[in-house]
Amino acid sequence: MRTPIAYFLVLSAILFALGTTTVLVRRSALRIFMGVELQLNAVNLTLVAFSRMHMELDGQILAFFSMVVAAAEVVVGLAIIVAVFRRTGSIDVDEADVLRG
Amino acid sequence: MIDAIGLVIAIPLLAAAVNGFFGRRLGRWSGWLATLAMATSFVIAAGALLQMLSLPVDERTQVVSVADWITAGAASVSLNLRVDPLSITMVMVVTLVGSLIHLYAIGYMEHDPRPGRFFAYTNLFCAFMLTLVLANDFLLLYLGWEGVGLCSYLLIGFWSDRPEAARAAKKAFITTRVGDVLLMLGLFVMFVHFGSFSFDVVLGSEGSLPVIATSTATAISLLLLGGAVGKSAQLPLHVWLPDAMAGPTPVSALIHAATMVTAGVYLVVRSHVLFEISDVALDVVAIVGLAGALYGGLASIGQYDMKRALAYSTMSQLGFMFLAAGIGLFPLAITLLVAHAFYKALLFLSAGNVMHGLHDEIDVRRLGGLKRDMPWTAALFAAGALSLSGLPPFSGFFTKDSIVELASHDGDVIIFVLGSIAAMISAWYIMRPFFQAFIGKQRYEGKAHEASWLMRAPLLVLAAGGLFIGLSLAFTPEGRLATFLEPVLGPVVEGDAGPSTQVLIAIAIALTLLGFWIAWWLYGPSKTEQWISFPEREPGMAGALGHGFYIDDLYAWVVSNVGLRGAAFLAWFDRTVIDGAVNGVGHLGRWASGLAPIWQSGRVRRYALSFLAGGVALLLYAVVRI
Amino acid sequence: MPLDNIVFWVFAPISVASAIGMVVMRNAVHAALFLVVNFFTIAVMYLLLDAPFLFAVQIIVYTGAIMVLFLFVVMLLGVDRGEPKHEPLIGQRAIAVILAVGIITEIGVAVRAGIGFATRAPEGFDVVNKGGNAQALAEVLFRDYFFPFEVTSILLIIAAIAAMVLAQRRSRAITQAEMHAHRDDLKTLGSEPPGGADPLHEGAR
Repeated sequence: MRTPIAYFLVLSAILFALGTTTVLVRRSALRIFMGVELQLNAVNLTLVAFSRMHMELDGQILAFFSMVVAAAEVVVGLAIIVAVFRRTGSIDVDEADVLRG
Repeated sequence: MIDAIGLVIAIPLLAAAVNGFFGRRLGRWSGWLATLAMATSFVIAAGALLQMLSLPVDERTQVVSVADWITAGAASVSLNLRVDPLSITMVMVVTLVGSLIHLYAIGYMEHDPRPGRFFAYTNLFCAFMLTLVLANDFLLLYLGWEGVGLCSYLLIGFWSDRPEAARAAKKAFITTRVGDVLLMLGLFVMFVHFGSFSFDVVLGSEGSLPVIATSTATAISLLLLGGAVGKSAQLPLHVWLPDAMAGPTPVSALIHAATMVTAGVYLVVRSHVLFEISDVALDVVAIVGLAGALYGGLASIGQYDMKRALAYSTMSQLGFMFLAAGIGLFPLAITLLVAHAFYKALLFLSAGNVMHGLHDEIDVRRLGGLKRDMPWTAALFAAGALSLSGLPPFSGFFTKDSIVELASHDGDVIIFVLGSIAAMISAWYIMRPFFQAFIGKQRYEGKAHEASWLMRAPLLVLAAGGLFIGLSLAFTPEGRLATFLEPVLGPVVEGDAGPSTQVLIAIAIALTLLGFWIAWWLYGPSKTEQWISFPEREPGMAGALGHGFYIDDLYAWVVSNVGLRGAAFLAWFDRTVIDGAVNGVGHLGRWASGLAPIWQSGRVRRYALSFLAGGVALLLYAVVRI
Repeated sequence: MPLDNIVFWVFAPISVASAIGMVVMRNAVHAALFLVVNFFTIAVMYLLLDAPFLFAVQIIVYTGAIMVLFLFVVMLLGVDRGEPKHEPLIGQRAIAVILAVGIITEIGVAVRAGIGFATRAPEGFDVVNKGGNAQALAEVLFRDYFFPFEVTSILLIIAAIAAMVLAQRRSRAITQAEMHAHRDDLKTLGSEPPGGADPLHEGAR
């Protein structure tokens, strides 16, 4: 393999930053959720890259677990979004500000 | 029993807790509980004493470890109790005299509505005093020291509905606090120098002296002496003692005989190594003691309140103890302390009988001829007076006068002369209230009722002890208590300067008899009119004696002028600068907290942004560190 | 130029571009589709990194199940009309972009300081992947990571039950008193998206 590991890491950093940006600038809970998924994937990519670099499978295992947990998280998260939408009729997070100090 | 010495403290402490929490329910039984606790302590202490006597002389100092108390860095303080001849002597005195006073107090306090509280305090008082004398380091000693101070405050002010009791309690607490601060400073210097509070380090062990420069030893010794002077009511911190009579009489006996005031003497004797290294400190102790002996004696003569007279006499006797310590006769100081505990408790409790029988009347001008109504009390008081004065074969002769005698043998002529005068005055001042109150014509209304057996029985024990304990403990200068204390305090070195012992004994007896004669001559049954009218004829002298040479008034003047102005300035400073700063902090906090809700906007995305900013900052820190 | 290099340089720009598309698209469905593309490119990266099993799992779980679920909810809630352009939080976008650039820079510096941009992974990963990647992974997973693996199964069950509870029409998360107070509200709100909750249970599996 000729591609330096650092390239994957930088790619993952860029994807993570873009995911973060989505979380911060989007107002729809769904879109924010997509950003979170992108962040998770970026981190998974890092894990697999390091796994390759260190010649160990543990990184892949961790990425695998991460996917499992992400799946569970998506299920619960989307259910919450649906529930919130039912109660308030909106999934705009700016409107869910009842915790204001 | 030595290993169980912790129980000596724990049992009164437990009894204090029980009395404190359930005193109301116990009612009259609280007194019996308290007495039983003290008696149990006494039995344990006696067992420890017997066990110690069976040990060889050089194994009589034992340290009983109870627990680790404070561990802070390199400095660690263990909760160790030291059982050695000196501490066990003190424990015996405190527990025995304490038990008897408690027993007496059952009768004395029978009409008081809150006996549980009283006995909780007295038990706590004794527990702290026992902590003080059993401590193996200065920190634990200080704990006991402050505990005793606290309990004295609570007890002197026990009748808190009487303004003068509250005032006296405050006065005692604040005055001794002056000494306590000095003691605390002494402990600081000690810790800086030795890095430890342990007796073994500070005072040396196994005959080796501590490593310390003379100047440092002087500083520590003088600061310790400052504490001792406060607690033992010596000049110039004696002003609280006469006022402390506002408490119940058993408390006066407890404070003046068994506990509290002897703590100062104990402290000086316990740290005698430091005092001996520094000759200056020892001389100061002697001067303080001599001054206290003379001053207390003279001031006692001027009192019409019998308990105040006894209070000043305590000061005089403590002066003798300090004097003994100051000229290096530490075992004699302890011997006098032991004997004094008995006869002073006896004297106070006899006075308490008078108060009990005559509705708190204690002014000798309105007593007189009490021996007809209260023959027992009169006899007991006489026994106490005889014990205190220097007439052989009673205690005072073997304790007080032997101090003066040994001073003469050391060639200290000034101490001998002044000490002899003080001894003569003590015979005078102690016979005075006896003649005034118990002899002559009756000057009180109605009939005084003699104390109950419950209040007489402990006094009989005290009287027997007071009269003859000096004889048994110190028949010869190398007497038995001094020998017993030798492992801790070193031998009593007797010089051979000055007149021979026989001559000195003759002088001492002659002076005592002179004191008796002066008392009889001035206050005998036929002289009643003269001494009662004495203040009108000689107002200056009577006023000086009666007011303790106006030292109290001097303090009052200083405090009310210099002190109050300083306090006014400090109050201004406090209001503007300190309060300003404190309130400023408060305002700042309020202003800042007003800003915080802006941040807590309820906007999740703002929270996420803050969160991310923190993460980026952390990452930045990590990257910069690389 | 080696093959894997070519593959990387073809798919990395696609990956970044699709991620950017995901961020900027106003329409949620479009964004979700861009995300599918992005997940696919990440799967390709796994392939490059000698992780064919994860490549498959990535496509099945992410691009398959999860994204379908996303699209389903988007359609279900009817929020695919996009969101308003107006940003009510002052400076939110600017700061977000600055911080994102900060992250990239910091990680870049860290990677450069840590392993350098020239370091290549050692050859011979097939030794590690002995008997095939899936077999090797299974060996590690069911030997060293058996307990966590079992725990994840519990996690999945919990997640499924939680989704059921949350998406139920009469939510158990609401107390009786609240239900009483807002009975009318709940009726109207609950009936708005018709038959909404049931398909979610399918998706959880």
